[in-house]
Amino acid sequence: MSTPKEPLGPTPAQDPLEPVEPQSAADDEIGTTATGQPARTPGFGETYLREVLSSSWLLTLLAIVLAVLLGGVLIIATDPAVQEAAGYLFARPSSFFTAAWEAASQAYLALFQGAIYDSQAATFTRAIRPITETLTIATPLILAGLSVGLAFRAGLFNIGGQGQVILGAVLATWIGFGLDLPPVVHLVLALIGGAVGGAFWAAIAGVLKARTGAHEVIVTIMLNNVAAYLVLWVVTTQIFAGGTSGTSKPVGENARLPALLPEPFRLHLGFVLALVLAAVVWWLMERSTLGFKLRAVGSNARAARTAGISVGAMTVLAMAIAGGLAGLAGASQVLGTEGYLTASVAGTIGFDAITVALLGRSKPLGTVLAGLLFGALAAGGRLMQTRTGTPLDLVLVLQSFIVLFIAAPPLVRTIWRLPKPGARREKPSPTSTTPVTAGADA
Amino acid sequence: MRLELRGITKRFGTFTANDGIDMVVEPGEIHAILGENGAGKSTLMNTLYGLYEPDAGQIVIDGEPVVFSGPGDAMRAGIGMVHQHFMLVPVFTVAENVVLGQEPVGKGLIDLRRARQIVRETSEMLGFAIDPDAKIEDLPVGVQQRVEIVKALSRNAKLLILDEPTAVLTPQETDELIEIMRRLAAAGTSILFITHKLREIRAVSDSITIIRLGKVVGSATPSATESELASLMVGRSVSLGVAKEPAQPREDVLEVRNLVVRDTHGVPVVNDVSFTVASGEILAVAGVQGNGQTELTEAILGIQKPASGSVVLRGESLEGKGVRERLDSGLAYVPEDRSTDGVVGEFSIVENLVLDRIGAAPVSRGGALDMRFLRRNADELVKEFDVRTTSVDRAVGTLSGGNQQKVVLARELSRPLSLLVASQPTRGVDVGSIEFLHDRIVSERDKGAAVVIVSTELDEVLALGDRIAVMCGGELVGIVPGGESRDVLGLMMTGIGPEEARQRAAEHHTLLGEADLEAEAEAGAVLDAPAADAVDAPATESSTTRSATTTSAGEENR
Ligand SMILES: Nc1ncnc2c1ncn2[C@@H]1O[C@H](COP(=O)(O)OP(=O)(O)OP(=O)(O)O)[C@@H](O)[C@H]1O
Ligand SMILES: [Mg+2]
Repeated sequence: MSTPKEPLGPTPAQDPLEPVEPQSAADDEIGTTATGQPARTPGFGETYLREVLSSSWLLTLLAIVLAVLLGGVLIIATDPAVQEAAGYLFARPSSFFTAAWEAASQAYLALFQGAIYDSQAATFTRAIRPITETLTIATPLILAGLSVGLAFRAGLFNIGGQGQVILGAVLATWIGFGLDLPPVVHLVLALIGGAVGGAFWAAIAGVLKARTGAHEVIVTIMLNNVAAYLVLWVVTTQIFAGGTSGTSKPVGENARLPALLPEPFRLHLGFVLALVLAAVVWWLMERSTLGFKLRAVGSNARAARTAGISVGAMTVLAMAIAGGLAGLAGASQVLGTEGYLTASVAGTIGFDAITVALLGRSKPLGTVLAGLLFGALAAGGRLMQTRTGTPLDLVLVLQSFIVLFIAAPPLVRTIWRLPKPGARREKPSPTSTTPVTAGADA
Repeated sequence: MRLELRGITKRFGTFTANDGIDMVVEPGEIHAILGENGAGKSTLMNTLYGLYEPDAGQIVIDGEPVVFSGPGDAMRAGIGMVHQHFMLVPVFTVAENVVLGQEPVGKGLIDLRRARQIVRETSEMLGFAIDPDAKIEDLPVGVQQRVEIVKALSRNAKLLILDEPTAVLTPQETDELIEIMRRLAAAGTSILFITHKLREIRAVSDSITIIRLGKVVGSATPSATESELASLMVGRSVSLGVAKEPAQPREDVLEVRNLVVRDTHGVPVVNDVSFTVASGEILAVAGVQGNGQTELTEAILGIQKPASGSVVLRGESLEGKGVRERLDSGLAYVPEDRSTDGVVGEFSIVENLVLDRIGAAPVSRGGALDMRFLRRNADELVKEFDVRTTSVDRAVGTLSGGNQQKVVLARELSRPLSLLVASQPTRGVDVGSIEFLHDRIVSERDKGAAVVIVSTELDEVLALGDRIAVMCGGELVGIVPGGESRDVLGLMMTGIGPEEARQRAAEHHTLLGEADLEAEAEAGAVLDAPAADAVDAPATESSTTRSATTTSAGEENR
């Protein structure tokens, strides 16, 4: 077939200086190609590299590396030995650098040993205890992180993890000591109770948003406060109060999440539950009808409404499911790790979960990994403090740095000199802007 | 300003959207860019405006190569751009919007008096008046567009980029815009003009560059006929009119009775509107944007609650039924604004193609998505509707405007339907695809669907409507038979009843109305040469030499 170029003469695109590319066929077949992507591919390696470099996973990793480097600087700056060596920096510079290296590497080594494997431990049990601690601490973080992530993908900012964790813990505890049931049944019921507690608490915010438009951030923050005071009171009530003041009666044996390892390890079935739920959440969001609707509402509520999806119903459902997950985090704490309820059962889980979800980009796999990282930091921080005297606060600083860098991808890109995603390239080099080589530099 | 583009190349990942584009825009020239959906026009303009950095190539202004690292640089170099979607702050006044980003400051405060003066001076120069203190959200789109133009010119633009400016305008407004463009060009401003409406290109442009698959494939002069331009751009012959049999209306499917819809302030935006649409018939609703058409269609879909009156579908009142139920009972709906209501931009093509079919077989089974169906569905529809994309997994938001529209149409036309309500069904779609989409809509009609097409586009109203209803100020001005004259419809859109409109139209033609008459005359002249000939073999000798240049300015400059 001849092209319509003919009646109108040759085209200027045929630059005589340009290497001839084998694409005239594609040109002619425009009427039949559906994709509009003929042989117009630049160097594959270059493109692939650029795609990898602009992928968010790499950015996350680089943000963590940056945070670790900055944390190292802080360790060095605050270390007394280094400060002393700095006094005669010019006389004996080498001892300064040795001291600096010592301080940073020792601190991070201790962090690693406290989080994964303690090679200095006397017994094998003690040596592998750190990794189990990491997993134990990560469990509620993963569950609550899934909660925040799910709500976020449905367009809701669930700041109420804290309150939902508390409500879940309260209900699970109550079922745990208040009933006397056979083994599996009791545990399942207590877990369901935890989920329902959290779901109920979150659904309040969902309903208020759907009905009145009350913003979920405000409502969930307020509900956090209500829950915090509620649990303070609950543990002192006749029903709950146990032997020691400030703690509830212990949860019945049948309602406990079984330990995965013998004493003295604390790791329990809750961790497996968290992993399973991560998979379930993935399926729910990516493969189920409900998840599709939730994501549609989260991403473009107007289009979702036009497509016949009820925005209000999805808002309530998203909050309820998210609350259920956070409630399970609370349940896993009382039924697994602790065994009883205290007023501080939620710790800072509900807030750390926001960071975990952010770091995990609201995706289940990412959330699991981020939860593990935060678990490791928390577990390792303790050993770091005892062994090297580096304050535990450094862990908080590290976490904050990571979040800071995650929230500012352009900053990380600039520091590591990465190309911007997809769009802009760095300034074209002078050669590529001269007409002679135009189009030939691919 | 004399603008020259040399070998501009822009890639998105592995996809090359612009491939060695060479082009020259002379001072005071109105230069039209024509190309299919996804050809790379907007990409080229965004590159020129500093929004993208080219992967290769050079922008040369008055002989000087320039590099823009953002729109700020482009503005300083004298380039102004009016995007298809306006970039105005709705709650700001005209004056505030115009000076936004380059506020004249006096005593640490924004000098509003100066701002107002800028607005008045610039608009006067262009031959119209704008109230500098009017809020943007209160202004009709046509006026908002003028604000955009004023804004660009107040920064001393010597080259103005207009990306599909007429997509949202009435014929009268388009006329006025063309007048403004001519005035600007006469004063030495160069204009780059993108539109899918060949009629406008012929009416206003000095030269035309045609882009296909990211490359310049030719250039033409405005004396080329519409079908020549169309086939150049698509690469095959295109029949511009819709070949449709006369309607054979059967039983009434949709009945709208005394419908009243009020806005949040209680002002009626649809006022006592009644009409019926029969199976096998297309009712085209014409009117200036914002005269109640949107609310009318939304009331039919069920996302607007009517204050009174009723919508009856196949004898059954839809009152109290939700959107889901209405869709399930055979209503297909194409919203007017695809990006806010029609698609979820972050969703893939696969997902968007089932957006409003979710929850029932064959899309969902047992609460889960049937991924295999979704994928097959997408592969088929992308092929059938010629959606230009590198992959069906791409987020719809990254498709070109026209291709997004095709996704919406593909979805709605692929489900069993008894009533199709489509607003601006081909907004931003190229002529080749319009031909296809119109054929599809007509074939739905012939299969027995009742069709309501809401369009501000008279070409479309005329091409599709078996009957034409005109709305103005929320009221139905009248219903006239299909094929009513452009001028009469234009007058009716201002609220003049059909009889008076016919009388007045006989006395005064619009610019495009005239172009219409000319085109008809020309079409008559080449009628004996079938359109296909114009593509496969040189058309009649005279029209070839007259309408087309054999070299482009870009090549002359090497
Ligand atoms: N950000 C992006 N990422 C990936 N591909 C893109 C992006 N922007 C545009 N494209 C692709 O580049 C091509 C050109 O798009 P462009 O918007 O320039 O088309 P267009 O000629 O303006 O079409 P239309 O007439 O439909 O507006 C399209 O195939 C589009 O899918
Ligand atoms: Mg475009």
